[in-house]
Amino acid sequence: MSIELRNVTKKFGGVAAVNNVSFNVNEGELMALLGPSGGGKTTVLRMIAGLEMPTSGDVFIRGQRMNDVSVRERNIGFVFQNYALFKNMNVFKNIAFGLKIKKWKRADITARVEELVKLFGLSGLEKRYPHQLSGGQRQRVAIARALAPKPSVLLLDEPFGAVDAKIRQELREELVRLHHDLNVTTIFVTHDQEEALEISNRIVIFSEGKLAQVGAPREVYEQPANEFVALFIGVMNVLNTEVKDGIARIGELQFPANDQPDGTRLRIGFRPYAVQCSPDLSLYPYRAVLRHTFFLGVMLRLEFELESGLKLRSRMTKEEYAQLGLEEGKQVSLQIRNYRVLKKEESSLPAEKEISYQPPPTIAEHI
Amino acid sequence: MAGAVKRKITGDSHRQSRRGTEESPIVKWVLISVAMAFCVVFLLLPLANVFAQALQLGVSAYFKALIDPNSWSAIRLTLIVSAISVPLNVIFGVCAAWAIAKFNFRGKSLLITLIDLPFSVSPVVAGLMFVVLFGMNGFFGHWLQDHPVHLFGKVYEIKIIFAIPGIVLATTFVTFPFVARELIPVMQATGTEQEQAALTLGASGWTTFWHVTLPSVKWGLIYGIILCNARAMGEFGAVSVVSGGIVGRTETMPLRVQSLWQGGSTESEAAAFAVASLLAVLALVTLGLKTFLEWQQERDFERAQQAPATTQEERRFPSPEDFR
Repeated sequence: MSIELRNVTKKFGGVAAVNNVSFNVNEGELMALLGPSGGGKTTVLRMIAGLEMPTSGDVFIRGQRMNDVSVRERNIGFVFQNYALFKNMNVFKNIAFGLKIKKWKRADITARVEELVKLFGLSGLEKRYPHQLSGGQRQRVAIARALAPKPSVLLLDEPFGAVDAKIRQELREELVRLHHDLNVTTIFVTHDQEEALEISNRIVIFSEGKLAQVGAPREVYEQPANEFVALFIGVMNVLNTEVKDGIARIGELQFPANDQPDGTRLRIGFRPYAVQCSPDLSLYPYRAVLRHTFFLGVMLRLEFELESGLKLRSRMTKEEYAQLGLEEGKQVSLQIRNYRVLKKEESSLPAEKEISYQPPPTIAEHI
Repeated sequence: MAGAVKRKITGDSHRQSRRGTEESPIVKWVLISVAMAFCVVFLLLPLANVFAQALQLGVSAYFKALIDPNSWSAIRLTLIVSAISVPLNVIFGVCAAWAIAKFNFRGKSLLITLIDLPFSVSPVVAGLMFVVLFGMNGFFGHWLQDHPVHLFGKVYEIKIIFAIPGIVLATTFVTFPFVARELIPVMQATGTEQEQAALTLGASGWTTFWHVTLPSVKWGLIYGIILCNARAMGEFGAVSVVSGGIVGRTETMPLRVQSLWQGGSTESEAAAFAVASLLAVLALVTLGLKTFLEWQQERDFERAQQAPATTQEERRFPSPEDFR
């Protein structure tokens, strides 16, 4: 195990920015710390680096307790959000800085810097100063500088925040490739769930300083531990229902909730792909009108309005859309394939339920 | 930063045709003429006059006036005083700016106010303050009188007022804010990320300061030193109170100018202007350096702000081959 946090809390002037967080990172993993801004993820990263000290709890790197070890001695590589390149030094000197501090021999320094310059596609730019580089080049210099002294872990704070959307995609792919080639334990902070899902092995999700869930991208997407994760990762339809006669209801929608007493309020959530529709109005139980179609490239996002006025989001490919002969304003029938009962910020959610689309007779009577 | 604003204003009016919000040409030209006339009458004419007066008895008289033993001693004293008080203020200024820009602490705004104090206190009052403290009847004056220093078998009585230490003290006090004032905004703009980056790479505090912090504020620091030096050499009020104006011993250049001017004779007046011309040259050099440094700082600032270059060549992202 490369890094372990045990019950780490960090308070700034009485306010807990990080609240009793525990997780671990395996050797060679590419881990994302994900959450909305102010969620405490950057503070966690800085505590691993030693730039902040935990108020309570322990940080371990490779089994060694790091609480009293200064940032200088932790042997970590840190890439700052705005790169923090030394603006008075050229690319070569920036990358060589850590090696000079560690008193490497001159020949070794030159060899190591040249190796990194080549690895990062910076050949020919060694003499340039940070202001003469593009955003992407600056980031590569920053990563090269952090990796030069061969750190035990590479930490990146919002690595793709400071570049425009077009370069961002390329940088993501580069980070994955780099991690694959060097196999160094890497932790990066991001507020972009798509980014975290796309490139990390595992994701730690923070909400208001607390750990919301740790898991592989697929796991947190398909089995969100609580409502926060469910809403933060991907798009979700959320409905406030009330139980009556063992059925959770809102408008004409009904969800079996046999074990709940009447009057219980349940939050029901389902992903857009769980909403199925057909132009055959008798195929599925609910009637709706397609109100809007949003073009997202290969996928389309659809907004349906039920007879009761409820709006549901769905998504499908262009091909499916054409096959179903859909257009805005068209009448369709709908079903919701599977859904979850959402819990507020608590541990695990109940497993997703499949519902049969033939409502039981008792329900039919109520309709 | 004043330089940046100035450039922006002139740049705009050159580039664009008259906008709706701009004043009419007449107002514009009247304003420019008034400002120009003021500068010429109050700044350029007196400056030219200083040189004209200094050279009125010829070049040889000019140089003779400068190598006059008493004038020469004034020049030397001025150099010595600024050679002591400028480094003192550099050390203090860097410490103060560092503390203010990089840390949050109780009493920070008080410290900022205190740094500005010498700007708001009349130099004569500052000088008097030192006389009160270190004079014969002052608090420290008594103590120093009672505690002479024994060095190499000899006894020295330390004298502050009407001696070089007093002049150094007064000058240091008056020029106290220049370096700190220049450095604080520059250090604040630079932030602490570069230092933190150096720390994560294993650098010690001293290495970080020497190799990262200092180079990134060098233009601001030099700028502060230039201004501090100009003021240190030109200070009259505070120094005149504490120095006692003993000819050949505690007279600095500005004091020498005054005593020569009061000498009355034509030669003496010409000599006064000769010494004054040296101060004028110092002022011009300072002005030139100041402009140059402002330009350098502005360039650095623009570079720091600049969006990344996005030329076709630089946009090219490495292909997988680059990583082999």
